[in-house]
Amino acid sequence: MATTITMPQLGETVTEGTVAQWLKKVGDSVDKYEAFVEVSTDKVNAEVPSPVTGTIREVLVKEGETVATGTPIAVIDEVGAAAPPAPPPAEAPKAAAAPAPAPASSNGAGSSAVSNGTPDSALRAASPAVRRLAREHHVDVRTIKGTGTNGRVTADDVLAAASMGPSAAVGQAIASATPAAPRTAAPPPSGTSTYGEPIPGTVVPLNQARRIIAERMVESKHTAPHAWSMVEIDVSNVWKWRTREKDRFERETGHKLTLLPFFIRAVVESLAAFPLMNGKFTPEGIYVNKDVNVGVAIGLPTNLVVPVIKNADQLSIKGLAIAAGELIDKARRNKLGVDDLSGGTFTVNNNGANGSWASAPIINAGQAGIVTMEAVIKKPVVRDDDSIAIRHMMNSCLSLDHRVVDGYVASGFLADLKKRLERMGPEGSL
Amino acid sequence: MAVSSSATSTVMNNVEAVRATLYEALKSDDRTVILGEDVGARGNVFLITKDFINEFGPQRIIDTPIAEASIVGIAVGMAMEGLRPIAEIQFADFIYPSFNQIVGEAAKTRYRSNGEYTCPLVIRTPYGGGVRGALSHSVSIEALFYHVPGLKIVAPAFPADVKGLLNAAIDDPDPVLFLEHKKTYRLIKGEVPDGHYTIPLGKANLLKEGTQLTVVSYGLYVHWALEAAQKLQEEGLSVEVIDLRSIRPMDKGTILRSVEKTRKLLIVHEDNKFGGIGAEISAMVAEEALFHLDAPIRRLCAPDVPAMGYALPLEEEYMSSPGEMAEAMRELVRF
Repeated sequence: MATTITMPQLGETVTEGTVAQWLKKVGDSVDKYEAFVEVSTDKVNAEVPSPVTGTIREVLVKEGETVATGTPIAVIDEVGAAAPPAPPPAEAPKAAAAPAPAPASSNGAGSSAVSNGTPDSALRAASPAVRRLAREHHVDVRTIKGTGTNGRVTADDVLAAASMGPSAAVGQAIASATPAAPRTAAPPPSGTSTYGEPIPGTVVPLNQARRIIAERMVESKHTAPHAWSMVEIDVSNVWKWRTREKDRFERETGHKLTLLPFFIRAVVESLAAFPLMNGKFTPEGIYVNKDVNVGVAIGLPTNLVVPVIKNADQLSIKGLAIAAGELIDKARRNKLGVDDLSGGTFTVNNNGANGSWASAPIINAGQAGIVTMEAVIKKPVVRDDDSIAIRHMMNSCLSLDHRVVDGYVASGFLADLKKRLERMGPEGSL
Repeated sequence: MAVSSSATSTVMNNVEAVRATLYEALKSDDRTVILGEDVGARGNVFLITKDFINEFGPQRIIDTPIAEASIVGIAVGMAMEGLRPIAEIQFADFIYPSFNQIVGEAAKTRYRSNGEYTCPLVIRTPYGGGVRGALSHSVSIEALFYHVPGLKIVAPAFPADVKGLLNAAIDDPDPVLFLEHKKTYRLIKGEVPDGHYTIPLGKANLLKEGTQLTVVSYGLYVHWALEAAQKLQEEGLSVEVIDLRSIRPMDKGTILRSVEKTRKLLIVHEDNKFGGIGAEISAMVAEEALFHLDAPIRRLCAPDVPAMGYALPLEEEYMSSPGEMAEAMRELVRF
């Protein structure tokens, strides 16, 4: 019996998905619940498990192609049914002329076995870590020269190969499948597809994440009239508190203790005092969210992700530090799932790591505001009694959706946030 | 580490660290009682409790008959009724008669009484070989007990950990089996912070950071693994060394974080390989970090023979040397 597999809906607001990589080829057998295709949507890569045990009969969507949820993407012959012979490749490999061996995944079915002379034993001997890293970095283990015992390909070999960038074939596949990719009458030659090493005079193709970021930013700036404000906060006491606790905290929890959880704690308290700031604009009115789910913007080398700390108002500073630490770990390991990235009601952007002291962030569409932590800078400050002291000062910038609130509420929110942070520490329990 | 008083410290060996900690426990809490074979007049075979009986009297420093089941059985009753007994099994090799009292009684007290009773009992015992102790003074017993929920097991390697963990064990409301490696007793010296402090049970110590291999050990072998890892450092190979300190509860997080970083794992312990502590660590890592592993997990342990022989070649064959550890590390790093 043949089962048709459709593009799954990965997340409540997701309407389409891109086939990032076929993990199984036509003719491969697949177990029930075994991942057989990797689908990427809005910043998330998810492996899709097979609903049945059987053999892949047909692949209906090419890698890099984006289709609406519910669109058939593959046909699987369930065990017991006779599988027809694998059809020939649907088209000639685009990268046939490329000198570098193309990854098996970008070739048609069956061609990978003859694409180079390296025996498949290399693949069979690949350790779990090598297999995972190869999949994550879209590297074909068979094209790597191993440096381990008896020429084994090590995890470091995969990472070294990945750092040289995916082959041009993969980049082209993504570019051609991306409707928003820039098109000109005579397109300039495509450069390397890694964002790390762009080649002047060439186009860096948009990957899925970059395209979504672009769309979201334009949407937010077009629909939500942004207003902006900034306060300067004396964080000396919080800084002292954090400095005193950080070594012990890291030893006990394995997570770094930064200023972020203290800041989020103050933000959720201020959101409770100004519930409209935790709302969103709808044509029917301002929807005030019940939950306080704080998105934390995390910059990765290739793109920005904003994982969400759910019910952040119910967590202590320690709980927030652990929750944020776990999300940051996941983000760096490319392990964020749909649940980690959805449901945010307000966003915090820790922007100061590189010394920025003011910024005008763009609101995460569907929220009322975004607030930044800028760099903590030691400054001479004139205090209330006209004495001058050296204090740890930090700016915090707020962009707000002016449809939801006016400056009166927004400045009240910022003033409240400042007050709460300045009252924190230097003693207390996390 | 929660240090409550001054930041000064004293150099001690492991025997002195046990002795100093027991002494403070006796001084600071009248409920503390020590019982065991030769702990009184003889002052313990390693002189750990020397003269305690003169200061604290035979009511609190109790010489018992050679009857381990009674030592632990009496201690369980004392603990349930509000005392803080520290029972000593003279050598771990003799603990077997008290197995029922430890596993069947002490470990189950809290559960059996639905939390009405706890059993704040510490059972101290010297274990391990490498001292020509032959069949009945060399055994490692941890694997016989680590299967038992309700029982905590500690096996420190350094004097400062001995003190912090023994204090934590004494404070703990449930039974703790406190294993002291007898070869480290006078061999290992180190700074021990003055004043009362505890080290949480169940927290491993990352002794040396490295990037190419994680080595997990406890007890005497921690020192040898560290020595081997330093040797490899000179060869340009980077090995991370974790001292478990507590065998149960086990600090899974520290092990998993390290393996996720280095992608390779070597477990070294003096106990037999089959069903040893390394088996549990291997299973845990395979369950929770398989896709970070770049090499098969390796265990360097004692062979499955009934005991450590008396003859030096037999003892050496039974134990792993720093050289063997270094060779196992090299092979895994290069794998």
